[in-house]
Amino acid sequence: MNVLSAERLTIAFGGVRAIDGVSFDVAPGIVFSIIGPNGAGKTTLFNLISGLCLPDDGRVRLCGEDVTALAPEQLARRGLSRTFQNLQIFARLTALENVMVGRHRHEATGIAADLLHLPAVGRQNRRTREAAAASLARVGLGDMAERPAGSLSYGALKRLEIARALASEPTVLLLDEPAAGCNPTETREIEDIIRSIVGDGVTVVLVEHDMRLVMNVSDRIHVLANGCTLAEGAAAEVRTNPAVIETYLGVHSAREAAGAVG
Amino acid sequence: MSVHALLERFRLLRRHRLISLMPLAAIILLMPLLFPSAYYFRVAALVYIFAVASLGLNLLMGFAGQVSLGHAGFMGIGAYAVAIGPTHLGIPPLFSFVLGAMLSALVAFVVGRPILRLKGHYLAVATLGFGLLLAIVFANEANWTGGPDGMTVPGIVLHDWPLRGAATWYWISAFSFLVGAMLALNLIDSPTGRALRAIHDSEIAARVIGIDVAQKKLVIFVVSSVYASVAGSYFALINGFVTPDVSGFLRSIELVAMVVLGGMGSVVGSLVGSAVLVVLPQALTFLQEYEHMVLGLIVMGVMIFLRGGIVPSLAAALGGRHP
Repeated sequence: MNVLSAERLTIAFGGVRAIDGVSFDVAPGIVFSIIGPNGAGKTTLFNLISGLCLPDDGRVRLCGEDVTALAPEQLARRGLSRTFQNLQIFARLTALENVMVGRHRHEATGIAADLLHLPAVGRQNRRTREAAAASLARVGLGDMAERPAGSLSYGALKRLEIARALASEPTVLLLDEPAAGCNPTETREIEDIIRSIVGDGVTVVLVEHDMRLVMNVSDRIHVLANGCTLAEGAAAEVRTNPAVIETYLGVHSAREAAGAVG
Repeated sequence: MSVHALLERFRLLRRHRLISLMPLAAIILLMPLLFPSAYYFRVAALVYIFAVASLGLNLLMGFAGQVSLGHAGFMGIGAYAVAIGPTHLGIPPLFSFVLGAMLSALVAFVVGRPILRLKGHYLAVATLGFGLLLAIVFANEANWTGGPDGMTVPGIVLHDWPLRGAATWYWISAFSFLVGAMLALNLIDSPTGRALRAIHDSEIAARVIGIDVAQKKLVIFVVSSVYASVAGSYFALINGFVTPDVSGFLRSIELVAMVVLGGMGSVVGSLVGSAVLVVLPQALTFLQEYEHMVLGLIVMGVMIFLRGGIVPSLAAALGGRHP
């Protein structure tokens, strides 16, 4: 069964159809990438899937369940998490606390217990801290745990967001341009992290501009242009698809582009 | 650093959190040795009473990032509960005090639901309206409240011990602040506390990791209303009298000023902010008609030079941590 499905998703902003009848199915345990030129609607599509926007038409299914109308927090509790292209970090919290908050859906103490610091809260904090420290170490930020997140470098914050999302133990993780603004070394680290996430059985849906990264990690690629589906297929198929090359680089340079992307 | 070493350090920090209230307890115990008269006990008691209210508001503003310009409304509920309960309804004072806190929580729960959806300036104006509304009710329901002239508040008698006199109220209010601070520190280092601090920085990120933002805001609004209610009851009891001013606009603003002046998100900051705004007007009375002008200038000066509030700014300057 597919972990995530979009069925004819459509949304318009002031008459402009940002997403127009987009459908796709994501099989479990793969890296599913969504690519397209700037303004193709990739982030809008993510916002629809993660519950930040409500589509005008169409459905989103998570593990078969219709989750179209659910709020982000409800989706998170069902195992869908995401990162943001323009970082959404808890800047005043430490790096470790950022990731600890990511475990929120696994924490079960109530406000009364929290105020009184009942033993259950102490145990809970310990478990959360251990899991969070492990997530941090996994993205290579073990040494930064106590630093306020606001003081970390851009590349570190990108990884911190991934660690935070991972801490919630999602079944599906949406990564919105994880390598944007990263240097080649950092991009390679992101690539390794994505591989290790998928290795753990998490399904990754990736929006990314760095074609090398996309081609390296993706099992399937879905190409958007002007809010519509242009093509979908395995990396090799998409790479040689004339329509894709044309959209990316214009028809005249299609021949060179085939070489460049390849 | 290994994961294990990391965890060890955090365990130490946590212990540090628990002992961080010891200096405060010492100050509370030793301060009275310096008090030459009952007047000093009274002023100090007022400092702790307002510190309780501003600490509650600080949980809402400093941690969860939600402003309230109507928090004195909850002080009013607490104050009038201990006045009206025994006078008109025959409810024992101590029980009235508890009922007042529960009523505040209930009102906060009902009012909080719709208005906490609002953000920033809109939330500020909505809470402002809430505070004004309560002040008007207290002023107009003269049969119950004595109207603008206020009403007397019967004292609390525990067995044979009447809670009377500045010194008694000093100990009660200081101890209450200590308890309030303990609860606040507990909360900060808990799942709810982390979620609230996260909401302050990014509501969207908080939502996508599964935090029910509306519910968390409501919870902290209710908790902070109880702090304000307790402070309001004490304020009425120490004065033996209550007027609608207790829930007035100026009171609400004063509470916000205490939070910001002392330091948003700082437990000790609430006490310092309250101390400044309670003690300074008393200390400046010799200036007579210039009193308010000088007070205003001092507050402005503090905010300009200690931008993050007194406690966080000084702590940063000294390179230390603070609770």
